[in-house]
Amino acid sequence: MPSKSAKAISEAETPHSAVVRFGMDQPLLLDAGQFFAPLQVAYQTYGALNADRTNAILICHALTGDQHVANVHPVTAKPGWWENMIGPGQLIDTNRYFVICSNVLGACMGTSGPSSVNPETGKPYGLDFPVVTIGDMVKAQAMLVEHLGISQLLSVVGGSMGGMQVLDWAARYPDRVFSAMPIATGAKHSAQNIAFDEVGRQAVMADPDWRGGRYLEEGTRPVKGLGVARMAAHITYLSEQALQRKFGRELQNREARTFSFDADFQVESYLRHQGSTFVERFDANSYLYLTRAMNYFDLAADHGGRLANAFAGSKTRFCIISFTSDWLFPTSDSRAIVHALNAAGAPVSFVEIESDKGHDAFLLDEPAFFATMRGFLESAATARGV
Amino acid sequence: MTNAELRDHSTATQARVDHLVVADMVTPGARVLDVGCGDGALLTLLTERKNVDARGIELSREGVAECVTRGHAVIQGDADTDLIDYPTDCFDYVILSQTLQATRNPRKVLEQMLRIGRHAIVSFPNFGHWRVRSSLFFNGRMPVTANLRHAWYDTPNIHFCTIRDFVALVEEIPAKAEKAVALNASGEEIGFNAPWWFWNIMGEQAVFLLRRV
Repeated sequence: MPSKSAKAISEAETPHSAVVRFGMDQPLLLDAGQFFAPLQVAYQTYGALNADRTNAILICHALTGDQHVANVHPVTAKPGWWENMIGPGQLIDTNRYFVICSNVLGACMGTSGPSSVNPETGKPYGLDFPVVTIGDMVKAQAMLVEHLGISQLLSVVGGSMGGMQVLDWAARYPDRVFSAMPIATGAKHSAQNIAFDEVGRQAVMADPDWRGGRYLEEGTRPVKGLGVARMAAHITYLSEQALQRKFGRELQNREARTFSFDADFQVESYLRHQGSTFVERFDANSYLYLTRAMNYFDLAADHGGRLANAFAGSKTRFCIISFTSDWLFPTSDSRAIVHALNAAGAPVSFVEIESDKGHDAFLLDEPAFFATMRGFLESAATARGV
Repeated sequence: MTNAELRDHSTATQARVDHLVVADMVTPGARVLDVGCGDGALLTLLTERKNVDARGIELSREGVAECVTRGHAVIQGDADTDLIDYPTDCFDYVILSQTLQATRNPRKVLEQMLRIGRHAIVSFPNFGHWRVRSSLFFNGRMPVTANLRHAWYDTPNIHFCTIRDFVALVEEIPAKAEKAVALNASGEEIGFNAPWWFWNIMGEQAVFLLRRV
């Protein structure tokens, strides 16, 4: 039986997903100024498109997520990352809606990324893969949505990096987005966010097995570096309260301190586990590219320095949601988006959900969070006649 | 629709009388912001009957969730701190319904309302109503009435005023009261020709339509 990491590597080229390939005749113009082709986009769909093609909802995944939003993951065999939200009879009811989720550009689960094979060399791209942006991811998704014959999405939904894509969708294609739910996100990355990402990237690049990004060719894997990157990042997804509640100073399967550098504390053991399971399924170079894309994201800067300009004249209905204990994308980030949408005159709703679970709260079944989303989606669907 | 027609219509849906008075002051199709919109009842009334482009601000998350479910664009926020973030002149009417007395700085809130909206509509309980006066006079204690239910030490209503007080504030800002309606305890409008002192005694609540001068 192939190992999880071998499975993960094969997902990059031949994913357990539907795939659409855009050839040399349909190049994607990247923000970096170059054309990218050929492009492969891997995606999952759930439910059925209605006759009017008005019931499609696009889900945008976060940094370490992927298109397997509501099905068992082909590598980890774990449930989909929003399976508590999407499915028959769920909040996003797949008996009623047609749900699409695609792997983002630069990732490693079947959409073109640094671990894909470069057709010019026959070898994995590695660092020859162009640096992509959130906008580039959205343009690739728009190609997929068009390919599926959908001219307007009922809703575009996503948290964290997925929320950035939602904002970019609404700004870039206002007529193609009937409603938008950017969750636990911001219109730009803060200095602190960039700083944490830089720690992660440096950890990856400091691993001798990274081999200047050519590890796939050389048969090595920078698991130590990527594991450390994941451990550091994972802390930012939680909150001090959540860590304290979950672990406190409890020791891991032992009565007393060992006076060593073993994982004495439960929190250490937990983080090591997070690191080691992550490296089995995720490509280190993709981690570099996707964090870079988030760092570069600054929607106001793309619109003359004024965020409201990004949404001028927008008819899209927005529902912005933040969480009280999220310090990666604090409520002030969401409020900045709300102010810009108000200034642009766009219809916007906003709630801050009480939760001590930090940034990761957006992945959890917080009743108030789900209730707000359900109400918003229901009213959007009614207004759209779905 | 005239006020009388609105009121007839309201018996079916049981809209609040003060909401109907507010709705009567709003021109159809206007851009409206309801500050402290609660569960969205007034927004729904205004959307259904006046076809307005309605937005809201509400302090409680439960209220926002209820409004969102009703299809309204409502943000969780605070009249005292969040009006400042709206651009000047972005609404035709900014409404403050039964919320003025709960703000920390009523004057600043009113000034912000008149900045972001061409008109402001304010409804508030009248602390000069005879029931309040008699309660204080005879009992010597802070009044607790059907309209003012909270004990003094746990009330969210920290800035009560009388109709006369409010008129004085409007003059001081300065703003112009284009229309004013006082409602008696039965929710009936007090005759328009009545003098201020009469309103100030008999009006249990008042609704003012203001504009900038």
